[in-house]
Amino acid sequence: MKAIITVTGKDTTGIIANVCTSLAGNNVNILDISQTVMQEYFTMTMLVDLEKSTKSVTEISQELEDLGKTMGLVIRTQREDIFDLMYRV
Amino acid sequence: MNNMQDIIATLDMIDNQHLDVRTITMGISLLDCCGESVNTVADKIYDKITKRAERLVETGEQIEKEFGIPIVNKRISVTPISLIGASCKESDYTPLAIALDKAAKTCGVNFIGGFSALVHKGFTKGDINLINSIPSALAQTERVCSSVNVASTKAGINMDAVALMGKIIKQTADMTADTSGFGCAKLVVFANAVEDNPFMAGAFHGIGEPECVINVGVSGPGVVHHALKACKGQPFDVVAETIKKTAFKITRMGQLVAQEASQRLDVPFGIVDLSLAPTPAKGDSVARILEEMGLEVCGTHGTTAALAMLNDAVKKGGVMASNHVGGLSGAFIPVSEDEGMIAAAQCGALHLDKLEAMTCVCSVGLDMIAVPGDTSASTISAIIADEAAIGVVNTKTTAVRIIPAVGKKVGDLLEFGGLLGSAPVMPVHEFSSEDFISRGGRIPAPMHSLKN
Repeated sequence: MKAIITVTGKDTTGIIANVCTSLAGNNVNILDISQTVMQEYFTMTMLVDLEKSTKSVTEISQELEDLGKTMGLVIRTQREDIFDLMYRV
Repeated sequence: MNNMQDIIATLDMIDNQHLDVRTITMGISLLDCCGESVNTVADKIYDKITKRAERLVETGEQIEKEFGIPIVNKRISVTPISLIGASCKESDYTPLAIALDKAAKTCGVNFIGGFSALVHKGFTKGDINLINSIPSALAQTERVCSSVNVASTKAGINMDAVALMGKIIKQTADMTADTSGFGCAKLVVFANAVEDNPFMAGAFHGIGEPECVINVGVSGPGVVHHALKACKGQPFDVVAETIKKTAFKITRMGQLVAQEASQRLDVPFGIVDLSLAPTPAKGDSVARILEEMGLEVCGTHGTTAALAMLNDAVKKGGVMASNHVGGLSGAFIPVSEDEGMIAAAQCGALHLDKLEAMTCVCSVGLDMIAVPGDTSASTISAIIADEAAIGVVNTKTTAVRIIPAVGKKVGDLLEFGGLLGSAPVMPVHEFSSEDFISRGGRIPAPMHSLKN
């Protein structure tokens, strides 16, 4: 299963590192990353593959959300299908 | 990967524009719950619903978490109870409503629809018993919704049923006066009722439906409103196109949720209902969409045209996004549930007559409208007859959900709270329709041939 992770919040050091470490720890493979910083506001979207992960998408979502809170960020994990269907005919 | 802007736009819709799936409704057939005594039937009904819908709420919540889409309501609709009740020797079906209410509470759903009767051509014993049980059933239950279909394009208008429903609505208002006539907010009188509507209070599981089915109702007035802000001053071609594209996105999401729910519950997928269903929350209003098109206040001249275009564009955009579209599909205009409609009614821009005209071009009818408590039963029946005539002649569904506000007069506010909002009491015509309603009988079905 593939999912989209969205990270938003004030830019600080180590956002990508922390998110990636958490994902690696859960055996989640990162397929694509896109990131921008606008007026100190950090936005990142990631496409990840959960095929080999031992945890469910909801568990990973919860872990990342908790990690986000410690860094003052909002991190959301959603299954990729929703975005595919909404924007592609 | 998906375009980052699209991803952010979707999150913005969810966070700031009230994008949600309004309801996952499980339709359950109760035809195998018949029995000789009302208590046996009540037990069978409770057992069947709680077994069938055991995992409904839990599954809905799982989908919500995985996709990050709010699913506001999980609900149940059942076979019209008049059909089941007809097998019982007793004439009071209130115990069946109580069983439905108990089942709804056990399953964790906030409404259960189907305390219903279809009487467009005439009454069976079960129909009459059910209709007479409505006031006490709605007064003694919290989550049960009731509906009665009094007219159809094929059969005409059952004016005996129209007359009776005026009285039933008055009785229900009296019996639930302590909760602002809440019973009437759960009672709909239909013309051309549909069998697969997932929205309350009018949902029931029609007899043409399978044993069990999942229907989904999407929403999203806030998203449409937001999209239209970007086309200020543009011609209607652009407005229509924008609404269509937005409706497509909203419906796609509903379709996805419907398919997931159907798969996980191992229940066939029925339909997606493409409706713009408002809530009393700011930024989730159909009236504000009409105002965004250029009307100073909803209800002024031009409102019907604006609504007609909105309704049509929503259907056109949504129909391609789902493989099965059904239910009521269009724009809802429930006064008490729409922040913009409430404001329009309060400032005197929106009247019952204009609302009636609006129902000719949108998906339901006179919905969640409070009228003075001393409005006579025959006037309420006449309002129902007018709505039914619009539905019957135009081959569309229309409905009346009207609340006589006991002890209140024009200008007062009736508070329901939650999704049902608050209804300003609106004036009705003071001239009598008594003799018209007391005639009874049936208005014949309209001519729908010789169209060439």
